[in-house]
Amino acid sequence: MSWMEGVYALWLREVKVFMRERSRIVTSIFTPMLWIFVFGGGLGSTVEIKGLNYQVYIYPGILAMSVLFSSVFFGVYIVWDRKIDILKEVLVAPLSRRTIFIGKVLGGCTDSMVQACVMLLMSLGIGLYIPPAAFLLALSILFLLALSLVSMGLIIGSLMESPEGFNMIVSFLVFPLFFFSGALFPLENLPLWLSTVTYIDPVTYGVDALRTVIIGVSQFPLYIDILVLGGFALSMFTVGTEAFQHMR
Amino acid sequence: MEYAIETFNLTKRFKNITAVDEINIKIRRGEIFGLLGPNGAGKTTTISMLCTILKPTEGTATVNGYDILREPDDVRRSIGIVFQQPSVDDMLTGRENLYLHALWYGVPKSIREKRIDEVLKLVGLESRQHSLVKTYSGGMRRRLEIARGLLHLPKVLFLDEPTLGLDPQTRENIWEYVEGMPKKHDVTIVLTTHYMDEAERLCDRIAIIDQGRIIVSDTPERLKEKVGGDIVCLKMENPDPERFKGICGVTKIDVMGGRVIITLRNSSENLKALLDAAGKVEGVEIRPSSLNDVFLSYTGKDIRQESGEGGIAHRIMRERVAR
Repeated sequence: MSWMEGVYALWLREVKVFMRERSRIVTSIFTPMLWIFVFGGGLGSTVEIKGLNYQVYIYPGILAMSVLFSSVFFGVYIVWDRKIDILKEVLVAPLSRRTIFIGKVLGGCTDSMVQACVMLLMSLGIGLYIPPAAFLLALSILFLLALSLVSMGLIIGSLMESPEGFNMIVSFLVFPLFFFSGALFPLENLPLWLSTVTYIDPVTYGVDALRTVIIGVSQFPLYIDILVLGGFALSMFTVGTEAFQHMR
Repeated sequence: MEYAIETFNLTKRFKNITAVDEINIKIRRGEIFGLLGPNGAGKTTTISMLCTILKPTEGTATVNGYDILREPDDVRRSIGIVFQQPSVDDMLTGRENLYLHALWYGVPKSIREKRIDEVLKLVGLESRQHSLVKTYSGGMRRRLEIARGLLHLPKVLFLDEPTLGLDPQTRENIWEYVEGMPKKHDVTIVLTTHYMDEAERLCDRIAIIDQGRIIVSDTPERLKEKVGGDIVCLKMENPDPERFKGICGVTKIDVMGGRVIITLRNSSENLKALLDAAGKVEGVEIRPSSLNDVFLSYTGKDIRQESGEGGIAHRIMRERVAR
């Protein structure tokens, strides 16, 4: 199966580059740490939600956030690859665009998963114990989330000619996705407009699923969360394959 | 299948600019074929279409017997490309770049490592194969690109301005590799250049291209013959073209500044008569005609002047920015 070797080579390239640019991982973990230890710790000293310390309550949401940011921003590398001309080598190779897309998505997901593991281990720092089964379940949920969001980042990246353009579009997308996901607050008793938007935001279901498996608090049944996330991933993946067909 | 490449009215238009205008070329197997022309003449656009990166607006071409429109995957498997802008990955080592390329082009596992060793040796990068490409010099990058282009044993290798911006010694090295390639590797080479000396040194046949059209195509020797002899340049106080008219062998007379530039056939026999007619001169320079003279005689322009201005590519770039 030659296309699988193609995917493997594309993935390998992303992983090697990721391992060599250690600063990527440090910067991507720094912001979530501020949220957990400063914002969460600060408010947590006085605020409790559903009998849980606020810091513990937002932890699953911050996990989702770290994956959200790193996954979508992974798309900027394809803009850079094009700008410094190394994308051409891949585009003229006898590889289908679908193969290229799958390779890139898996590369991006791997980056996000490495980061997710570090973030999951950080739970010990706030006195939260995640049993191995829940750890693996959380990792699977995060993978599903990464799959959709890396695809989303790559779609935007395939359309953009400059990294600046990419960053602008993405800021208008990533921050709303984060704030409306309920990562920082419970979804009950919200004003109608706010709860409507949170229900539309697919990341909401990722946060909810993570809360279910990590701290046992939930708004929707787990299967609903998984279905929505799966549907989101599938549609982003399909659109992404299509976007890569048209990429120059 | 006599031809490695055959184009049929190949045309590319960008909005209102015709970058490549109904080009018909036939490139034989095993030859080094040069597309010579100023920047923006349409060389890279032509190559991009042959590599299936760009779709022609009209016309088509075959590469290694495969149609670029109907069988792009077969075309891609048959070709190697060395881009004008280096496209090797900075964050990987030289060897890793080659390894990924081998996977992308489906080089069988059994010969993969052997091929990589071979091409590394060919371009003399064995000792630096495990260093990151970002530590390479410009010449080393270009050599790595050439190694990569040859790795999957392509039938046709495209070299787009292979020595652009390289120092003389590196150019000489690359020329040496390229010269021997068709025989050693059973490959046809298509190269673009705006360096006259490069085209003259390497190419078996040349097509001169200007403003998207092939102006003339032949071997360098015959192209130069068409100019009509050697170039005699006389520096004199009173450059009067009239007195050289009618001298045996003179085919063309130009006056530029304080000089008379004469194209002279059979210069060994006719030079004396010419000098006698000239009378007192301050300096004489005689040289065989070059491809630049060929370009000059066909387009009325000096290729080097043209190169500075940036033609179609430049205009297209501006259009892209504007969009």
